[in-house]
Amino acid sequence: MHRTGELYGQFQTLEQQKESATLGMWTFLITEILFFGGLFMTYTINRHTYAQVFAFSSRTILLSWGAINTVVLIGSSLTMAMAVWSAQVGKKKLVTIFLILTLVLGTVFLGIKAVEYHDKYVEHHIPGLNFDMYYCTNNPSVCHLDDAALAREKKELKEAEDQSGSQVAVNAHSQLFFSLYFGMTGLHALHMIIGAGLLLWLIVESMKGRFTAQYNTPVENIGLYWHFVDIVWIYLFPLLYLIDRH
Amino acid sequence: MPEEHYLNATYGIRSWLLTTDHKRIALLYLASVTFFFFIGGIFATMIRIHLLTPQGYLVTPETYNKLFTMHGVAMIFFFLIPSIPAVLGNFLVPMMIGAKDLAFPKINLLSWYIYLVGGGFVLYSFATGGLDTGWTFYTPLSSVYSNSAVTPAVIGIFINGFSSILTGLNFVVTIHTMRAPGMTWFRLPLFVWAQYATSIIFILGTPVIAITLLLAGLERMFHLGFFNPALGGDPILFQHLFWFYSHPAVYIMILPAMGVISEIIPTFTRKPIFGYAFIAGSSIAIAVIGFLVWAHHMFLTGESTYAALAFSLLSYLVAIPSAVKVFNWTSTLYKGSISYDTPMLYALGFIGLFLIGGLTGLFLACLGLDIHIHDTYFVVAHFHYIMVGGAVMGYVGGLHFWWPKITGKLYPEFLARMAAVILFVGFNLTFFPQFILGYLGMPRRYHNYPPEFQVLNVMSTAGASILALGYLLPMLYLTWSMRYGKVAGENPWPATGLEWRTPSPPPTENFDVTPVVDWEPYDFKNRPDLGLATPTGPALSPAHGDD
Amino acid sequence: MTAISGFFGEVRVSEHIVSPKLYILIFAALMVLTGTTYFAAQVDLNQYFAALNIIVALVIATCKAILVILFFMHAKYSSKRTKLIIISGFFWLAIMLSLTLGDYASRSWDVH
Repeated sequence: MHRTGELYGQFQTLEQQKESATLGMWTFLITEILFFGGLFMTYTINRHTYAQVFAFSSRTILLSWGAINTVVLIGSSLTMAMAVWSAQVGKKKLVTIFLILTLVLGTVFLGIKAVEYHDKYVEHHIPGLNFDMYYCTNNPSVCHLDDAALAREKKELKEAEDQSGSQVAVNAHSQLFFSLYFGMTGLHALHMIIGAGLLLWLIVESMKGRFTAQYNTPVENIGLYWHFVDIVWIYLFPLLYLIDRH
Repeated sequence: MPEEHYLNATYGIRSWLLTTDHKRIALLYLASVTFFFFIGGIFATMIRIHLLTPQGYLVTPETYNKLFTMHGVAMIFFFLIPSIPAVLGNFLVPMMIGAKDLAFPKINLLSWYIYLVGGGFVLYSFATGGLDTGWTFYTPLSSVYSNSAVTPAVIGIFINGFSSILTGLNFVVTIHTMRAPGMTWFRLPLFVWAQYATSIIFILGTPVIAITLLLAGLERMFHLGFFNPALGGDPILFQHLFWFYSHPAVYIMILPAMGVISEIIPTFTRKPIFGYAFIAGSSIAIAVIGFLVWAHHMFLTGESTYAALAFSLLSYLVAIPSAVKVFNWTSTLYKGSISYDTPMLYALGFIGLFLIGGLTGLFLACLGLDIHIHDTYFVVAHFHYIMVGGAVMGYVGGLHFWWPKITGKLYPEFLARMAAVILFVGFNLTFFPQFILGYLGMPRRYHNYPPEFQVLNVMSTAGASILALGYLLPMLYLTWSMRYGKVAGENPWPATGLEWRTPSPPPTENFDVTPVVDWEPYDFKNRPDLGLATPTGPALSPAHGDD
Repeated sequence: MTAISGFFGEVRVSEHIVSPKLYILIFAALMVLTGTTYFAAQVDLNQYFAALNIIVALVIATCKAILVILFFMHAKYSSKRTKLIIISGFFWLAIMLSLTLGDYASRSWDVH
């Protein structure tokens, strides 16, 4: 087991090793662009085909949670960048502090996501699991709908029926939205969980004082991964939460 | 033969299963891709036997669907795609650039294990009901209606995708950062250029098939509706996503083979390759333009006429860099000192068969013509000419060419040349009749056919038995040569390239001292260090295994 | 610091240390952009121009992404090779999106 910071056998110099590691991480992130890209492609076609149902379905997700999560995640990118800076200027204790902050913010994000997913479960908006867009209008108290919201939702369901043709069709088409919602945010959350694991490892290593101005490649490269996950969310937020809020 | 080399440096099963030596990993892959070649070959045998009679007497129609599906899945994902990159690429890329190993040796080993896990899922699928959707997994058959073991299969292929991605990532980083001093991009062997181009496709294409099959699998498991029209989904969307990878995948299969040919031809013509920069550039061009043609697989399934026009035009464009290569290889032969060693026989066969396969691709890219020959045996013949006549011959030829380096032994030359000829004859007898069958209208993926097509089908099956012999012979004599073959020496052909400056087999670290490169590639005149002709000395003739 | 010869000329493996001030400035910009997209979604922009809402949302998201890539991910201070790799990734996604959407968009052009 190599200690971080040592020269691995296949490399000639530490420069080469660092360059390889960073190039490797960037190349991996490119594969992630295409991986998420398939989902974005599916989303694009389906949103175009079912514009009204997608807009209506999007409105049943609480906007404030999404907005807070966006702020939280961008904040965690800031703390991650600060962790890299701390390592670059040799402030070892700060590295650990900023890494912990990043992990905390990431956990807050995941916690909010868990709340959102629970809400969707309660409202019967989980595809493949007694999905029913009409559940909330039939059980307004469970879904926390006041009279005004209930009336609005009934009206939107009627409009959706006109667009899609029938109640069954409305359910099918909005299930598409929620499949994509869970698929995209779920895949994103999985990447965040992996990122959290990587951050934990970084925190442990940083507490041993391993990251210095001369050697901080893991912090930088895991930082690249973390920022990428942030960028995915930067696109998910408008696409899933802000379809039509007017 | 050297006393200590990578094969005997350490002993025991753990030293192989936990190796990070790129050369050992290459051999691990050699064993596993050969295994899947057998699996795919067994299905092919059953298909050809079944098609001996118009009504088909071997299997039921449902089972026939499973045969061609499993043949395709095994051959494409677990044999063709990994073959040259994971076997020859892994072995040679570090040596060709003067490095001790790839940039990420542990990830290299991980790639192999991921491949095994993916393969395991697919074998489980084969064993528990098989797969009847076609290797193309079109929806909603695969995601809704099929009663076969689709879910484990898509999981297996999904997992296997990461093996490809990591291999491609490893190659790209290695080629960028680990070239020896003096090894500039334009001094690289063309095989390395080919691996680089292939790796671009691995990196940019494979993630898309991964997410697509994941979505299809989720659809099947949870009754979602992405690609199911009954739930508002779109099967054409699946096809767009599927072919966005699967078309570039065919370039994954052919580019490395072209790289092999670019190494063999100069060696056995004993002169530099004609148009090095153009061959290098055309590899990149094929990789890039190959991403722009995918919907030519969808001309008849419902895309718009205008999209079809655009993709047809682009498909003609992608043929140009391939043609550039064929012209350059042929020009290399001109006024060369040609010797017909076994690798050269495979290379020459490749050029002819790839030409036929490639040109017939243009027939298919022509919209009006495709209406008649789409989904017929014409397509089957076309892609087998490229994948078998092209890619597999490149792979087998490459195995022969580098066999002395990999094992330190020579194979029996006369037998090897015979096997190459048998393979060539068997291949053409198998697949040329299929062009005619397709043109006459015999549909593909059908378990039966009109009686007037029987003669050609019988010819095809007869050819397949000869082809099988052509594959079996190398498996036997190559294995035999590992123990009983003549000692090869450092550079039996002789060939240029850094890998030929090491002992055969090479030591684990490849080079005791990092080489400093100050010569141009394929320079057969000025390399006395390789035993090649100097301007004043005589030309040396290559060694043969049974002289 | 060593220079390694690369396809795009010398690759200098050196560190450019971005100051915390700049990071905070970028963070502030990202917050402003987030707020803008949040409030823009509450306004019906589609009455002025077809699909203006989604266009605005995507433009803002892209600006945010560019800021994160350039400054948080240090792309601005990275080699040409790194920049090419980043651009290639997005370009390839654009290939997938545009050619596929081209198919869907041109379906209605057929005469019948």
